Amino acid sequence: MRWLAAAALVVLLLLPAVLNSYAVTVFIFIFFYAFLGQAWNIVGGYAGQLSAGHAAFVGIGAYASALLSMQAGLTPWIGMLVGGVLSAGLGTVVGYLGFRFGLRGFYFVLLTVAFAEVCRIVALNTDAVGGALGYYITFTGNPWQFQFQDNRVYYYVALGLMLLATGIVAAIERRRFGAYLIAIREDESACEALGVNTFRYKMLAMVVSSFLTGVGGTFYAFYLFSLQPGAVFGIPLSVEIIIRPIVGGAGTVMGPILGSFILSPLAEASRIYFGQGGWAGAHLIAYGLLLIAVVLFLPQGAYPALRRLWVRMAPR
Amino acid sequence: MTAQAPLLQVANLSKRFGGLVAVRDLSLEMARGEVLGLIGPNGAGKTTAFNLLSGFLTPDQGEIRFDGHLLAGLKPHAICGLGLVRTFQIVRPFPHLSVLDNVRVGTLARRSQMGEAREKARAVIDRVGLGPKTDQAAAGLTLAERKRLELARALATEPTLLLLDEVMAGLNATETAAIVSLIQRINEDGVSILLIEHNMRAVMTLSHRIAVLNFGEKIVEGPPATVANHPRVIEAYLGEEYVHAPAR
Repeated sequence: MRWLAAAALVVLLLLPAVLNSYAVTVFIFIFFYAFLGQAWNIVGGYAGQLSAGHAAFVGIGAYASALLSMQAGLTPWIGMLVGGVLSAGLGTVVGYLGFRFGLRGFYFVLLTVAFAEVCRIVALNTDAVGGALGYYITFTGNPWQFQFQDNRVYYYVALGLMLLATGIVAAIERRRFGAYLIAIREDESACEALGVNTFRYKMLAMVVSSFLTGVGGTFYAFYLFSLQPGAVFGIPLSVEIIIRPIVGGAGTVMGPILGSFILSPLAEASRIYFGQGGWAGAHLIAYGLLLIAVVLFLPQGAYPALRRLWVRMAPR
Repeated sequence: MTAQAPLLQVANLSKRFGGLVAVRDLSLEMARGEVLGLIGPNGAGKTTAFNLLSGFLTPDQGEIRFDGHLLAGLKPHAICGLGLVRTFQIVRPFPHLSVLDNVRVGTLARRSQMGEAREKARAVIDRVGLGPKTDQAAAGLTLAERKRLELARALATEPTLLLLDEVMAGLNATETAAIVSLIQRINEDGVSILLIEHNMRAVMTLSHRIAVLNFGEKIVEGPPATVANHPRVIEAYLGEEYVHAPAR
């Protein structure tokens, strides 16, 4: 398994040398959504707290670093940390309300969606951040301003983000923190009885998750150069973030990556093939069908299923 | 603190659910090393008392003092940290986790190093006789094994007082006998035990003293032999007409 990961990493590092610019873009989205999925995985997959409003953290991180860069000249390399901290601040508020008052299941989903929607509506109605017109970043190609002439630099930045988040998740999984999060997902009351401060660990998971997601906001802003409230705070983005780890295997280290390698190209292909001629939105149907298939046949996601297959096939 | 100070002191504890008084003015004391049986008909308030002691419910009145600490307002995890841990009547294993990982959640309460916690967990698993099941998922265990797992997890937190809520319910005679001797061994190792149990033979064997609850109130307390023949206990269990019935 370790071998496979190392080989895959080498391939990914060398790949831009042979890919055309469009293929590089596809990989950038695979990595970026894998990164966001990995960040969500901490609170949604491991701790089992279904946040359906993670777009809020992307949006806060994106607007923060874009505004700081455009208005105050602060480099987004630092702005991404500021965005992460602000997102973690919102994560703390949402987490506190949800966990202190014991909102579970659908109620927690609704709470997180509500916060993301509030962010969207505030951004939509605040002229200082461009309001409904959106906020645009002028392209300078200056690496210090997180802007690159060569698409391949974004490739490596996105790959780096994905590996960073994956490393963090792997480290969490090996520690008491991770063991507690998994146990909380299984049965919270039993955890409490066994001495686990469930509130504290859920909060910690939410803070780490929202911080990382906020960091991702900077990449979003400085890769696309335009921020639209509906796109960056909207429910569709939250769904994109959640669906990859669920399809790949929520609560596993490899799940979000596998899910992104399955879904991001699928989204891209259906956008290309169905995008024209009145078929816009067909990728949502494809998503829906895939999700039904996953729930029916692989309820724990693709990665655990692959793993079982691997174990069965491997010679002893 | 002196050696004579009781491990657990419950004073005038009450809990009301709407119009129903589930626990009324309950006072209890437990010495270190003691096994106290808590019995009573269904709905007598035994499990509510457990929930109050372990912090899952907050009392309306009264105070609980454990090992020199007042438990008022403490969360279950903090109470567990002080050394008072409970099991659940309806066992709550982490179903998708192995027996080892289940028990490790308990051993992690006293240490953060994962390898050390794993080794400790193995020792606890062997102690309760689940060794052969170490790597099996908890969901695949029999009821008797799940009861042992519930016990193992609680034991893994290294309690000074263990609250056992019907760990024998649903077990056959052989399984019950095995659990009884396991609980005796745990007690011999210095863990005090408060036991809710419907299995009379088991509770009479295990307990040093027995307290009887009925309609939320403690009606009798004393050594097993006295309690078993007490008219108020017979009345609570069987009804008044049996109190004066001749013995078999």
